[in-house]
Amino acid sequence: MSTDLAIETNSSNSEKKKDGFIVETVKKLVQNKLAVIGLVIIFIQVVLAISAPFIVSYGPYEQDPTATYLGVGSEGHFLGTDNYGRDMWSRIVYGSRISLIVGVSTVAIGLLGGITLGLLAGYFKKLDAIIMRIVDLLFAFPGILLAMLIIAMLGTSLVNVVIAISIWSIPGCARIVRGSVLSVKKQEYVMALRSVGAGNTRILLKHILPNCTAPIIVFATTRMATAILSTASLSYLGLGAQPPTPEWGAMIAAGQNFMWDAPHMAVIPGVAIMLTVFAFNVVGDGLRDALDPNMNV
Amino acid sequence: MGNLLEVNDLTIKFRTAKATSTAVRNVSFSLEAGETLCIVGESGSGKSITSLSLMGLLPENGEVSNGSIRLNGEELVGKTEEELRKIRGNEISMIFQEPMTALNPVFTVGYQIQEPLRIHKRMSKQEATVKSVELLKQVGIPNPKEKIHQYPHELSGGMRQRVMIAMALACEPSLLIADEPTTALDVTIQAQILDIMDDLKEEFGMGVVFVTHDMGVVAEIADRVMVMYAGDVIEVNDVQTLFEDPKHPYTKGLLGAVPNVDDETQEMKVIPGSMPSMEDDIPGCRFHPRCPMAMDICKEKKPALIDVGKENAAVRCWLQEVDTNADTTIAASGGFENVLSD
Repeated sequence: MSTDLAIETNSSNSEKKKDGFIVETVKKLVQNKLAVIGLVIIFIQVVLAISAPFIVSYGPYEQDPTATYLGVGSEGHFLGTDNYGRDMWSRIVYGSRISLIVGVSTVAIGLLGGITLGLLAGYFKKLDAIIMRIVDLLFAFPGILLAMLIIAMLGTSLVNVVIAISIWSIPGCARIVRGSVLSVKKQEYVMALRSVGAGNTRILLKHILPNCTAPIIVFATTRMATAILSTASLSYLGLGAQPPTPEWGAMIAAGQNFMWDAPHMAVIPGVAIMLTVFAFNVVGDGLRDALDPNMNV
Repeated sequence: MGNLLEVNDLTIKFRTAKATSTAVRNVSFSLEAGETLCIVGESGSGKSITSLSLMGLLPENGEVSNGSIRLNGEELVGKTEEELRKIRGNEISMIFQEPMTALNPVFTVGYQIQEPLRIHKRMSKQEATVKSVELLKQVGIPNPKEKIHQYPHELSGGMRQRVMIAMALACEPSLLIADEPTTALDVTIQAQILDIMDDLKEEFGMGVVFVTHDMGVVAEIADRVMVMYAGDVIEVNDVQTLFEDPKHPYTKGLLGAVPNVDDETQEMKVIPGSMPSMEDDIPGCRFHPRCPMAMDICKEKKPALIDVGKENAAVRCWLQEVDTNADTTIAASGGFENVLSD
């Protein structure tokens, strides 16, 4: 019998891939060219945001009345200046800080709320109806309208934008998590865990949640794009960051008045928003494909 | 000495949207330490539900509506979830049918074997690791020290079932429930798993409730056999007697349906008809619509479990009543062939 066993284990050893789950996912992701471009953009943006004070020659609020409306490629201001003579490059770089911080914090708060509600709704049948009806209620509002409503109640500021967009992120996340919990909890290993005496908390947090991470990661990544875009939209409408904050949306709003004389004032922040949103979306798509066990590249 | 497990008059009901239906009716049985009881029956006979009820793990819409389950004299029916959790995995453990899905894919097997140890024995990580290596060795897994770092998908079905057994035995339970643990495995692996279970039963002095529909497995592992049909116990006997001299027409049918490998010309024998569903209300004996020897009384009155000769042996069939009362022998064999040729 011992030789049988040896053969059996050897063959199963040679068949399997040695790579861990994370390594394998990264490998699949890297095969996706668009996702790589997205990752590079995100990486550059993160580096710029972190090292902002060291790579700009002018502060984002520093005005120079002698150098207003400078175009792209001007000496000392390679992205030009705005109507107050502030350096566009500096404002874009500092703006990326705001975008990333807002994006990360809204997604974090949204995930926290969404995962909690989703886990409870998916696992406990009695809570399901109540939680999901509340979620449906939130879903009934168009997202940006909900955010505007919340800001109208709380007042205009960047913090309130974060709160508004977080609340708006919760229902989507809750639905996704609930869906995965519903399918995971039917697996036999959940029954097996109950049969060894594991309690609900242990099963839910230690065993079911890790099995739901793939859809959560994908949601978080694409949600980053939405959050950044929504922050810019709300700021553009004057509901978020207020001038002179170098927020991209607010910069477009300020720049559109000078569209004919100095188009770069509106176009550059627009391009920055576009690239960021594009990057997070393609990485999200790439992750979805890489994490989906049914997709074999 | 008292029995390890005593089940009395157990009735399990399920609430569905339409009505309440009974899945298991008045089931009674007992089990001694070191004994293996096989519960045999077709799909839907209530054998799995009976075994789940022992753990208090019935589906949400099911409940034990009557009867008692005593483990070492302690009543389990009516215990709270919290109290049951302390018993599960500690005093009663369970092995499941599908080793492929019964392990969590995101954790190493070592981690999963340690779960019951950390839940019940409050062991530290180091202690639990040492114990899990020991357990894997006991269930015959080579290189246990390396294997604990592997993930379930890296192991074969037989290996995974061994891991499940190790997990179930981690806290040295007194009762092991095995719900078709070999059904999903190759025949050669089946034999190995059965051997391991038998050895470990001796070693730990456990009682084993083994649910299966495979008569070959029954012959291999059982001390006693309980045959269930549509929620009723219809025959109980020790394995020897049951195979040699089955009393109930259904048991005969089950044994007759095991194909004979030596006889190439033999046609597969079947029991005509199919298992009634829980909702069906059948008057009299629940097997009579499929029974080749059904009499008038079978359609009207449900037979009781009638003791046959010795202790712990009984049959639920009117034929038995006739046998013992009037001492008339009824040619039982050949009954199914008659039905088939009709």
